[in-house]
Amino acid sequence: MYVHVNGQPRDVSEGMTVAGLLHELQLTARKVAVEVNLEILEKQDFDVRLLNEGDRVEIMSFIGGGTGS
Amino acid sequence: MGGETLTIAGRTFRSRLWVGTGKYKDFLETQQAVEASGAEVVTVAVRRVNITDRNSENLLDYLDPKTYTILPNTAGCYTADEAVRCARLARAAGVSDLVKLEVIGDERTLFPDTAGLMEAAKILVKEGFVVLPYTNDDPIVAKKLVDIGCPAVMPLAAPIGSGLGIRNPYNLKIILDTVNVPVIVDAGVGTASDAALAMEYGADAVLMNTAIAGAHSPLVMAEAMKYAVEAGRLAFQAGRIPRKLHASASSPIEGTL
Repeated sequence: MYVHVNGQPRDVSEGMTVAGLLHELQLTARKVAVEVNLEILEKQDFDVRLLNEGDRVEIMSFIGGGTGS
Repeated sequence: MGGETLTIAGRTFRSRLWVGTGKYKDFLETQQAVEASGAEVVTVAVRRVNITDRNSENLLDYLDPKTYTILPNTAGCYTADEAVRCARLARAAGVSDLVKLEVIGDERTLFPDTAGLMEAAKILVKEGFVVLPYTNDDPIVAKKLVDIGCPAVMPLAAPIGSGLGIRNPYNLKIILDTVNVPVIVDAGVGTASDAALAMEYGADAVLMNTAIAGAHSPLVMAEAMKYAVEAGRLAFQAGRIPRKLHASASSPIEGTL
């Protein structure tokens, strides 16, 4: 099934969890924030939150920045 | 002056220089510049992780949240809604409930949209965030932000990245005179004297990024800023002499030939 991850379509297997997706992307759960369909997830829900066809997933992290865009 | 500290929302800092982490060559240079500046508070931006061309390194691998107070910003947000969403994501990422709240008015000036800023601040304060708002040099807006519940205000010296220094020293002085919370001058500093001047006026801290990262030698400028902020603070505490039109000799007249 397809989901959108940071705006890009991605084929993931049925039953994929948010934690599974992060693992596939080699991302450390501790260092990111995840939003699914505009809902921000608690980190403890990463393991149980199942992805559904068409879900819009945003994975955010910190980068260098001061003020302004 | 070693014992003098700055406390905001229960967090106490020795350094009054806060630094941004953008525009550096790489994470190593960022780390070294932050270290040279002596800053304890460092701002970071919240962005999408690059999942296609991923560098496995993370900024927080270079700036340990146990050593530094990480201050996520909402830079790049142009509406209150975007800024609130960004702040919530920053908190969910798990470093702190601090946020440097920015709602930007337009791309050319990057001046704050103060109406949007106050709207977002109200929502985030209610949700328990420690909201440090990047605002204009407007004393009325600063006062309103304090009334909303911001434990400090961060008026700009000049447009972000402009290096113009304090464009409206009188407004800054009025802000310092008006609000009863720490005032952190944020954005527009160009060189060490600008930072020293802000501190001499009585600002509680100065936040800068481009002035250090954009200098020919960022690490040397980081050190210069450290001393400038310290010197400015000391001068403020010492109390400057009044300005006079005419001379007054500092050597005694008595005993001259």
